[in-house]
Amino acid sequence: MEIIAQRPKSLMKVQFHYCPGCLHGVAHRLIAEAMDELDMRNKMMGVAPVGCSVFAYKFFDCDMAEAAHGRAPAVATGMKRARPDMYAFTYQGDGDLAAIGTAEIVHAANRGEKISVFFVNNAIYGMTGGQMAPTTLPGMKTSTSPYGRDVNDIGYPIRACELLATLEAPYYIERVSLLSPQDILKAKKSVYNALKYNKEGRGFTFIEFISTCPTNWGVDPLKAREWAKENMLAFFKLGVYRDKSKEEGDE
Amino acid sequence: MSQKVLMKGNEAVAEAAIRAGCRLYFAYPITPQSELIEYMSRMMPKVGGTFIQAESEVAAINMVYGASGCGKRAMTSSSSPGISLKQEGLSYIAGAMLPALVVNVERGGPGLGDIQPAQGDYFQATKGGGHGDYKLIVLTPNSVQEFADMAAEAFDLADKYRNPVMILSDGLLGQMMEPVEFKPAKNEEELAELDKQHFDWCMHPNVDGPDRHHHEINSLEIDPKVLEKHVLRLGEKYKEIEKNEVRYEKYNVREDNEVLCVAFGTASRIVKSAITELTKKGHSIGLIRPITVWPYPYKAIADALTEKVKKVIVFELNLGQMVEDVRLAVNGKVPVEFLGKVGGIVFTPEEVVQKIEENL
Repeated sequence: MEIIAQRPKSLMKVQFHYCPGCLHGVAHRLIAEAMDELDMRNKMMGVAPVGCSVFAYKFFDCDMAEAAHGRAPAVATGMKRARPDMYAFTYQGDGDLAAIGTAEIVHAANRGEKISVFFVNNAIYGMTGGQMAPTTLPGMKTSTSPYGRDVNDIGYPIRACELLATLEAPYYIERVSLLSPQDILKAKKSVYNALKYNKEGRGFTFIEFISTCPTNWGVDPLKAREWAKENMLAFFKLGVYRDKSKEEGDE
Repeated sequence: MSQKVLMKGNEAVAEAAIRAGCRLYFAYPITPQSELIEYMSRMMPKVGGTFIQAESEVAAINMVYGASGCGKRAMTSSSSPGISLKQEGLSYIAGAMLPALVVNVERGGPGLGDIQPAQGDYFQATKGGGHGDYKLIVLTPNSVQEFADMAAEAFDLADKYRNPVMILSDGLLGQMMEPVEFKPAKNEEELAELDKQHFDWCMHPNVDGPDRHHHEINSLEIDPKVLEKHVLRLGEKYKEIEKNEVRYEKYNVREDNEVLCVAFGTASRIVKSAITELTKKGHSIGLIRPITVWPYPYKAIADALTEKVKKVIVFELNLGQMVEDVRLAVNGKVPVEFLGKVGGIVFTPEEVVQKIEENL
């Protein structure tokens, strides 16, 4: 019998703790598959974030470090500089990356650190129980924006890809979605590119995943995907925001 | 042949750290330690090392965490307000049991304070500035030579116990120039050997097969029973350090001491000058100078309390933070007096002489 799908080597044989319908598992799998295909596992160092994916160090079967809230890009900087012959990635949520860790991500990107950053944006704080995130949409209700996010009071959602694309140094920046099977296949290709450029030592690569949080949004997984398609994709446009490989004349 | 050079404390400790095998240095500029970061920016490229001027003190200490997690000798430095920002990272480094060197060139505080020498970070350094149960090994130099020598010692201690070590100095030692003699630099083979010694816990290239390990650099233990075990293990380690690593200097400590002084770092130099003056006047005054302020030399102080000692006097450039530890050591046997200076002002030998004479 021919095996056509199996657990990637780069994922541990453990059960994820994620809620039903959560897309972290999909994002993990895409990264692990790309790590396998590019044969990076034995030289890969990952940085797990604080938040829902805090146990990512137990899920990825490569060397892993757990970082303080928001500090993953600084930790990955130290790691990559200490072992330039190895590869490093961070896995971060929207609170981690776009609130408490804004300085770290901006400056790691600006230095052009040769790391990959995987950023999961579901417009809400998951683990702490559904509070407002920097990416919460205008008018969206959360446990700390009970009347809906008021942009006059707290400002607009932060678009991480657009923000980082103002910098000169980043090599590859793309926003993808995990909301449909077709989107996931496209996302797979982007993750593969990011890690390929990482392996080739080309520079800073950044993938933002548009994701959902059925539990804290208070809807079932299918409705969550529909809601995200209708609302999140209007604010967070999918696409490539930087690709220096094109400028360098690669195909 | 040995060669002495005239150097600022800030530069001497940087040079010594490089010789001790530090190839990764991350920091943010702050007075009065700026010569240290400037020295590293000049020298690290020359030895194939990494210098990053980080975006903040917070980022710098987390870069150290990442580099230490890779088993390399990594270092950061700052002055008091910057050290406050590093406390989060220090707690994580201690929790993850990583070796690291942090140099604090203290200045006046609290808040922005000023840029003059002070010793107001004693509590923060010795009692835990960050959250949770952890300890730093804290070394306190009182000369440029000692400041430099402590870099290698600090890295060795950090490696031995997988624990962050702080050199607690101050603006005077950072800025002062004195002759200093350096130990030979570690060569590439020695550095590679150090690297290998960390392979059982650090992140490094793996190969598929039975020897492949999944290394985790981590301080999170969500199961209370597992965390309890981890913190108790740290506690056992701290007991070992207290047993093995107490360092202090006895200066003129004799059976006939009338007064016993306790002072560390810059303050201790001034106390020594005062003791010389008082000796000329026919008095016998002893000084215990803690070199490690954690672990603290409680026993050395207790042992120096002969029948003749009437008072113990603590001299510090703060409001009397170390007095608490000295009281623990003295345990009510004799009164404990205190002379402090704050605001970045250093007491004169005359002021110290006067304080001791008042207590004779």
